[in-house]
Amino acid sequence: MTTRIDRRMAKLNAEGRPALVTYFMSGDPDYVTALSIMRALPKAGADIIEMGMPFSDPMADGPAIQAAGLRALKGGQTLVKTLQMAAEFRAGDNETPIVLMGYYNPIYIYGVDRFLKDAIASGIDGLIVVDLPPEMDEELCIPALKAGINFIRLATPTTDDKRLPKVLQNTSGFVYYVSMTGITGSALADTGKVAAAVRRIKGHTDLPVCVGFGVKTAEQARIIGANADGVVVGTAIVNAVASVLGPKGEKTADPAEAVATLVSGLSQGVRSARLAAAE
Amino acid sequence: MDKPATPNSFRTGPDEQGMFGIFGGRFVAETLMPLILDLERHWNEVKNDPDFKAELQNLSTHYAGRPSKLYFAEGLTKHLGGARVYFKREDLNHTGSHKINNCLGQILLAKRMGKKRIIAETGAGQHGVASATVAARFGYPCVVYMGATDVARQSPNVFRMKLLGAEVRPVTAGHGTLKDAMNEALRDWVTNVEDTYYLIGTAAGPHPYPELVRDFQSVIGSEARAQILEQEGRLPDTIIACVGGGSNAIGMFHPFLDDRQVRIIGIEAGGRGLDGIEHCASMNAGAPGVLHGNRTYLLQNADGQIMDGHSISAGLDYPGVGPEHSWLRDSGRVEYVPILDDEALEAFQLTTRVEGIIPALESAHAIAHAVKIVPAMDKDQIVIVNLSGRGDKDVHTVASMLGMEI
Repeated sequence: MTTRIDRRMAKLNAEGRPALVTYFMSGDPDYVTALSIMRALPKAGADIIEMGMPFSDPMADGPAIQAAGLRALKGGQTLVKTLQMAAEFRAGDNETPIVLMGYYNPIYIYGVDRFLKDAIASGIDGLIVVDLPPEMDEELCIPALKAGINFIRLATPTTDDKRLPKVLQNTSGFVYYVSMTGITGSALADTGKVAAAVRRIKGHTDLPVCVGFGVKTAEQARIIGANADGVVVGTAIVNAVASVLGPKGEKTADPAEAVATLVSGLSQGVRSARLAAAE
Repeated sequence: MDKPATPNSFRTGPDEQGMFGIFGGRFVAETLMPLILDLERHWNEVKNDPDFKAELQNLSTHYAGRPSKLYFAEGLTKHLGGARVYFKREDLNHTGSHKINNCLGQILLAKRMGKKRIIAETGAGQHGVASATVAARFGYPCVVYMGATDVARQSPNVFRMKLLGAEVRPVTAGHGTLKDAMNEALRDWVTNVEDTYYLIGTAAGPHPYPELVRDFQSVIGSEARAQILEQEGRLPDTIIACVGGGSNAIGMFHPFLDDRQVRIIGIEAGGRGLDGIEHCASMNAGAPGVLHGNRTYLLQNADGQIMDGHSISAGLDYPGVGPEHSWLRDSGRVEYVPILDDEALEAFQLTTRVEGIIPALESAHAIAHAVKIVPAMDKDQIVIVNLSGRGDKDVHTVASMLGMEI
């Protein structure tokens, strides 16, 4: 069974360019604004959307995504509303893959079976759950795969060749290579090392490999995209939202427009990535 | 059937996946998984290694001052007029609490693993001080993450850590308490995976931490069990310890778990009462969830967001609890009851006056429960309270609660 992610990745591969995977925080700074940001993403050139599910204790995230999650929670966001937002988006776009990204506890409290049922009904295609390594696959990964939802795993520089097969075993959709150890939003990793790491992972799997952590500009997207099947941008997008919020959280400009401007630039970056590689 | 079947022994956990029933586990980011597996491998090597044991034993005796005394609290016993009350005097250890037991064990493990840098989280500052102490003793740089609220209310311990050469990094996220400090320590660890050892202070976090912290702390219960047999010729009727993350409690309880005639009671921070949100009684008023690498009882809302909680005592101000306690609660072997801020404060003052011992506010919660149940017990019955730490660090907090200035 192919998913929207599989189809989208195959299409981009045929076009000969990497995917632009964009992360935004659902509910930041409020539901209506976040939905408008989400709708702006594909128009600006995003190929896959990662929807951040806010969590009170985001242990693997840096200050920018922590703050975005807190703004969303303060704005009343819940997992119920995140699924509702996905469904509203899906009503107007049946092609762009949606991946939910976050931490396990809100899903566990929602109830795994109920969550998977509602996620499918809302048009969710994949899950990235940061604190569920392969050792905990019985919790959500296996049930998600059975339900037809991709479970996208993170591989990191600490995932050595011995461990990679275990990490890749139940991974589907794509592999998300976290290009450095650390929290989200840290500095960009050495591009030579990233290329080598992508090659290493591809030695173990036929799945597309998308690279994230530290990509902020079109130029960086171009360079990373030259050697990967996709480029993930998160913190820069969340920062674009924050940049048009005043000290009390009031909007000083349209967040959706700020995000669209950034994503258009990034999109130019990934679209010229393979040209750069061919040079 | 709600309750799991009673096992033949309560002392066999965790299983190979690090689970105590449904609790525990390894809910961490992939970046940390190889480190945790490496830690587990080293831990399995050292736990039965006679050289490691001998080195730890030597330090425990000559550096930490073990065994700690089992003291017959005659003043409190007379005052309460019921069962005979004993204190297990962890307050007399080097650094003033039980935390040194775990820190000595883990620093030796860090040394074996060839790590170069120590990080720790702390609430009351007792674990931070103990970590800074062993880091100084073994020549490691040490960074301690501490919630900004706790930095303010435990300033004597902050100064001690700095004197010991540690860097104290205040954490302003959330309410600025232990939970936030732990998040920040995990972020440091995920960033500095190559050279850093995370010295977790309580019997929580991803496997194998709950097990190894418990084993390092079980010296408390093992000694207490031998001492009471020596001093009274029989086992106690009841043992009591306070539970934040629960390391002193699991260390006290574990050696007694299969002595079914011993009633075991863990005391949670009831704060300002369980009807609101100003408490840290995760096992009395929370629900199972996943945080900080393990599944356990947590204070959380209907959306699975973790609540901050409240306790007068920084060391109990944590919205979760070690996973083995959650399992012991559900299996019914251990009772967990809340004690309010005010009750702990009263017990703090009472112990100071009738025993000449200033207990930590954390330990005062355990004493407060003894104050409640001992008068109704027979005079020939025995209660052991784990006096997990001394209260010097709390004098500013207590003074302000009593409306005094120092």
